[in-house]
Amino acid sequence: MEKEELITKLKKIVLPYIQDQEAFDHLSEETRFITDLKINSANLVDVILDVEDEFDIRIENEEMEQMVSVVAAMNIITAKMGKQ
Amino acid sequence: MTSKEIIALLPFQEPFLFVDELTDISVDGMRGSYTFSSSAFFYQGHFRDHPITPGVILTETMAQIGVVCLGIYIIKKEKGEYPDKSRIALTSHQIDFYHPVMPGEKVMVVSEKVYFRFHKLKCKVAMYNQQDELVCRGTIAGMINPQDDE
Repeated sequence: MEKEELITKLKKIVLPYIQDQEAFDHLSEETRFITDLKINSANLVDVILDVEDEFDIRIENEEMEQMVSVVAAMNIITAKMGKQ
Repeated sequence: MTSKEIIALLPFQEPFLFVDELTDISVDGMRGSYTFSSSAFFYQGHFRDHPITPGVILTETMAQIGVVCLGIYIIKKEKGEYPDKSRIALTSHQIDFYHPVMPGEKVMVVSEKVYFRFHKLKCKVAMYNQQDELVCRGTIAGMINPQDDE
């Protein structure tokens, strides 16, 4: 999957949960979910579950803890999809 | 685990404990009851000269029986113990109300687990009165962070 396509899908997933619209409008690979987009920890769980559904993968606890930013999420998603 | 053992682990106490008994206990859902005492503190103000159980209290009752008790039971079952200093937080709820609950009424709460992942427990919860009429129902989610995870 192309990087741009992946980011577009992630943007669609996080949109319902963001608090900081400006950070969302300027979303890049470096954007962090909690620190920048101000997603709360409970909604971050929903983001992860939506990622699992969208990409048909299963995220484990340790991976969830690593998924703090867009690039970290992209790396985990890409690695998981590659294994299938 | 018995009803009494789960209730003993709840972090609530009077006047904000809204669980009397748990009657069906499983990792997939919880069923329990509570009777609202006519002398409960909130009837003095909700409403003036016209006491009705506040919706937020009905929501709290559903959360305590349907989500917190269930969460404690699941963690105890999975990990062998429920750490004393675990902290909990309500994270979201969406509830529709159908019937008022008057002072002294007993209600039944039934919950069904939607998921428990990454410390977050989300449930579908419904409350019924003694006539078996639907009082309210909806979705409630909370986070449980066992102290030993930090």
